[in-house]
Amino acid sequence: MKNCEYQQIDPRALSTPTPTTTPLPPPCAKKTGRPRRKWEVFPGRNRFYCDGRIIVARQMGVLPLTLGLILVTSSLFFIFDCPFLVAHLTGCIPAIGGLLCVFVVVSLLQTSFSDPGILPRATPEEAADIEKQIDNSGSSSYRPPPRTREVLIRQQVVKLKYCFTCKMFRPPRTSHCSLCDNCVERFDHHCPWVGNCVGKRNYRFFYTFIVSLSFLTTFIFGCVITHLTLRSQSGKGLVLALQESPARYPLPLSFINPHAIPERVCFHTYLVASNLTTNEDIKGSWSGKRGAVDSGNPYSYNNIFTNCCVVLCGPMPPSLIDRRGFVLTDTPPAAPQEAELPHFVAKNDANMEESCQEFALTCTA
Amino acid sequence: MATEFHTLQEMQHSASLATKVFIQRDYSEGTVCKFQTKFPSELDSRVERTLFEDTVKTLNNFYAEAEKIGGQSYLEGCMACATAYVIFLCMETRYEKVLKKISRYILEQNEKIYAPRGLLITDPIERGMRVIEISIFEDRSSSGSSSGSSSTSSSSGR
Repeated sequence: MKNCEYQQIDPRALSTPTPTTTPLPPPCAKKTGRPRRKWEVFPGRNRFYCDGRIIVARQMGVLPLTLGLILVTSSLFFIFDCPFLVAHLTGCIPAIGGLLCVFVVVSLLQTSFSDPGILPRATPEEAADIEKQIDNSGSSSYRPPPRTREVLIRQQVVKLKYCFTCKMFRPPRTSHCSLCDNCVERFDHHCPWVGNCVGKRNYRFFYTFIVSLSFLTTFIFGCVITHLTLRSQSGKGLVLALQESPARYPLPLSFINPHAIPERVCFHTYLVASNLTTNEDIKGSWSGKRGAVDSGNPYSYNNIFTNCCVVLCGPMPPSLIDRRGFVLTDTPPAAPQEAELPHFVAKNDANMEESCQEFALTCTA
Repeated sequence: MATEFHTLQEMQHSASLATKVFIQRDYSEGTVCKFQTKFPSELDSRVERTLFEDTVKTLNNFYAEAEKIGGQSYLEGCMACATAYVIFLCMETRYEKVLKKISRYILEQNEKIYAPRGLLITDPIERGMRVIEISIFEDRSSSGSSSGSSSTSSSSGR
């Protein structure tokens, strides 16, 4: 897998800037002659692998530890407990364990490697338009214009905040993750265990992961206890069975998890049933503590079943960042003299790279 | 005076971009994708109000169809959950199918209605589904006063 972060600008590889008087090159051809994909110029703090197919946060947190714990515990279970239990109980045990393990690993990887619902940053024209609207909102001369906007959602006033990094008013339920430096739709939280934000697009993967993980750990724990019980019944007693049998190996790991994971499952089940996010719950956005008249959650359907279906089985929203698309210029062919260009000329993403290269040139000159 | 362009290519070759207008999202019904149908003043002299409103309403209907919560979406969701969501890697979701319909509709609207009037609608998916961006073009061969007037009208706010 390629680890492609922002490429270091090599001054020796830079070519001279293309003069504006020449006809425009084909939209995808750059100075290096290779069309760049959008993930290569992505402004957030993310890493991309497999040519943009996989996205993770820059700080992967303890994802390798999570994966390692799951695989090690499961391996110990299969090696030390399954043969005995297959011989004494049923052959279904490794099958169920295997299925649960695959489910857990797949949903973990889906949570970690998918786009959580990142909102692309505003284009320069859009940012300028918003600035114009803020300035025109009738503020007095000595006070800075407000950077919030109030909207009415199902007869309830919701404040939209302006994001200074992404240069836009954040849609409802969107929050800016400081670790990933992105605005994420329906932001729940940044989970270090999965090494990614949990948001609109991967919340269902995350929920599936924690539910199946709780089943897996409970299953392994139960099987280990059963194994030790059966061994102790053969006359040796529990303590001796613990000392002798390798069945004890998965015990510590599978003991920890049933006490941490089910609490998460219960909490997130409550969030799903009330169509809330962790972020909203922590901030108390809809708890009515300010004594407002109607401050219930405007996004809830007021029916537990409907809320669950909408959050977990609703339509899968598309990724908005188009990481495998090519960086294109969307302007019509430019006029020969730059002075005659109209005020609002659409810029492509490569302008950022060009200005960085010019800066690099001046530094190395 | 309205600038006449017959094709998108003709517009791109002979026009220069004067300004852009942004149609914002309408959040009155929650986080579902819906755009405001308020007619921007910059388009007053460029396109008929009814045509513009029809375009935006049709787009809103498309997005409502994509985000509709019903039997089909539940079936898709449950099937995906049962396969640990691996099925999303293999098949096109209903949302993606509707997005393709939207792209075709926008292309058709641009070719039939907006390009002949010197306008170009950008697919909202390319702007993070936050805005409908409408680019206003001026014919380069027209006099400087027309581009001057469009700049003044664009600076007058919404």
